[in-house]
Amino acid sequence: MVLLRQLLRSFLPFLVGLPLLFGFQAALQAAGSQAYTLLLTTVGVNIILAVSLNVVNGATGQFSLGHAGFMAVGAYTAAKITLALAGIKLSFLPEVLSDQIFFALALAAAMAMAGLAGVLVGLPSLRLRGDYLAIVTLGFGEIIRSVIENMPSLGQATGLSGLPLRTNLVWVGVSALATVVMARRLSVSTQGRALFAIREDEVAAEAMGVDTTGYKVRAFVISAAYAGLAGALISHAILLATPRMFTFVRSIEVVVMIVLGGLGSITGSVISAVLLTLGLEALREFQAYRMVVYALLLIVLMLLRPQGIFGTHELWDLKLFKKRGAAKAAPGGAGAGGAP
Amino acid sequence: MTEFLQHLVNGLSVGTIYALVALGYTMVYGVLKLINFAHGDVYMVGAFAGYYLSDLVGVRPPWSDPPPGAGETFVKATIVTMGSMIICGLLGYLIERFAYRPLRHRARLTSLITAIGVSFLLEFGFQLSPLMKSPIEFPPGPSPRVFPALLERSGYEVLGVNLSNYDVIGLAVAIGLMLGLQWIVYRTRFGTAMRAVSFDPQVAGLMGIPVNRIISWTFVLGSALAAAAGIINAVSRPRIEPLFGLMAGLKAFVAAVLGGIGSVPGAMVGGLVLGLAEEYVAGYTDSSYRDAIAFTVLILVLLVRPAGLFGRLTVEKV
Repeated sequence: MVLLRQLLRSFLPFLVGLPLLFGFQAALQAAGSQAYTLLLTTVGVNIILAVSLNVVNGATGQFSLGHAGFMAVGAYTAAKITLALAGIKLSFLPEVLSDQIFFALALAAAMAMAGLAGVLVGLPSLRLRGDYLAIVTLGFGEIIRSVIENMPSLGQATGLSGLPLRTNLVWVGVSALATVVMARRLSVSTQGRALFAIREDEVAAEAMGVDTTGYKVRAFVISAAYAGLAGALISHAILLATPRMFTFVRSIEVVVMIVLGGLGSITGSVISAVLLTLGLEALREFQAYRMVVYALLLIVLMLLRPQGIFGTHELWDLKLFKKRGAAKAAPGGAGAGGAP
Repeated sequence: MTEFLQHLVNGLSVGTIYALVALGYTMVYGVLKLINFAHGDVYMVGAFAGYYLSDLVGVRPPWSDPPPGAGETFVKATIVTMGSMIICGLLGYLIERFAYRPLRHRARLTSLITAIGVSFLLEFGFQLSPLMKSPIEFPPGPSPRVFPALLERSGYEVLGVNLSNYDVIGLAVAIGLMLGLQWIVYRTRFGTAMRAVSFDPQVAGLMGIPVNRIISWTFVLGSALAAAAGIINAVSRPRIEPLFGLMAGLKAFVAAVLGGIGSVPGAMVGGLVLGLAEEYVAGYTDSSYRDAIAFTVLILVLLVRPAGLFGRLTVEKV
């Protein structure tokens, strides 16, 4: 019974979300609106990026500026796989299903490769304090991009084009859900508690026996893997992967999202990702001013409300949810945290 | 041997630029313990200020008719360099006063995010299409501009090595500025106060040192040096654009860390070593990964000797 409840905590969002997403997708397809599909895909991808970066920048209190680099790793890995498998079909399955199975493989590979890149970047750089880390990760993001630009097999500066359309709203929705559930489950697990301890006081955490470097690297790897997932999804929605999509400007966009929402707040990341994406879409004519607005937003926010919209609060911290949650969780033991 | 010497010349010419910019990072880090992310962009603004100033004083290219005399060239080049240093000094003051000072007692991450904000404001503010048409087009917009020739270029060949007066003058100016800075930091009352603030700002304040003023002047000095570096760089490599400060700034930061962040002689040595390392590695192997060299150096330094060449390792006390 306890086990079932614990499992449900992770899987309930999907059980509810999947049918809704399929229905939504079918409705949109019936309406035949391409523009909305792309916009919603962008929103979903930005949610994944923001929530996953928040695991490092918000929950752990480290400051990574290289999220776009991991996106690039994921996007190129998935693109290479789908391009290689484009002609192959599983004969015992309908064509659509076989394509989607290969895409699932590609997404998994993208996450794995991005996570691996996260290990390589994280191991040396996470021994550093916050501000050093920011510069090192920014540098690494740029290095990943310059390596791609120099590799003939990855299409150099023109990138890989002609990818098959694989991303649909179900994939994006499930991935965004998975990211949020991951972040939520992480924050109540041992790993998450250790991350919060590191954020509050690294020296104290280390004195209490928390393996700070180890936990930081693990948080970094998780965050990188989800960034890779986001990269794979977006590249299969716009059918293109070029180095220009993954410059440091992209990383900064995500940083603005989580700073606006509140470093450490999953709810805040989701809401500000949605708001900023939709807001930018509405202000398309003023595209040139976008980065200037971002920069001013960062400065003004730090001067006036450095904790962002939500601070470290969450939607489910509200009293409304708290009472019911507490009553339910009491017999099961609230502290039990499984893998997300 | 000739190739080796040629790389030495090129490396020194790049290295002095890194060293001048790194000095700004290291001085600001010394007094505030803040990595001034926007410093690379101040360097970029310096080059653009020089671009506009030379338009204003009417710098004529050496091939114009009649060619400008030696006196005229010297006066105009000096005006452009000094003017750009003053403009950037002012910019540095404004950045410190309005972006960093209000946050000085908040969490370190807050200042870091603001610094990133300032950096992007400069980079992308300069990329907007011109809002002001006269007397000058400002901001310059995203397309690269060509920096005017302040001096006539004359090349020599010494031992088979191509050397130009740009390299020689750039090196001389840079070394002059560094010696001047060394004098300011170690021989004047201001320098003593600055070192006191960097040692312990609170106690320095109790001893009657005007901490805020010292920090402001540190920013002014660092920014002026960055502007000089911007001019020296733009004279020999005249393509300037709003984003070129980013990579240069990051590399100068690496130079500062290599020399030991917070140490003034360290920044000079770090800059030169980084410039030479980059030139030799890129020269003898594959030059397409040039930008990766600096970050490899950074990782190595942080793993092997985190305090840098000249820094002292500090233990964090609780």
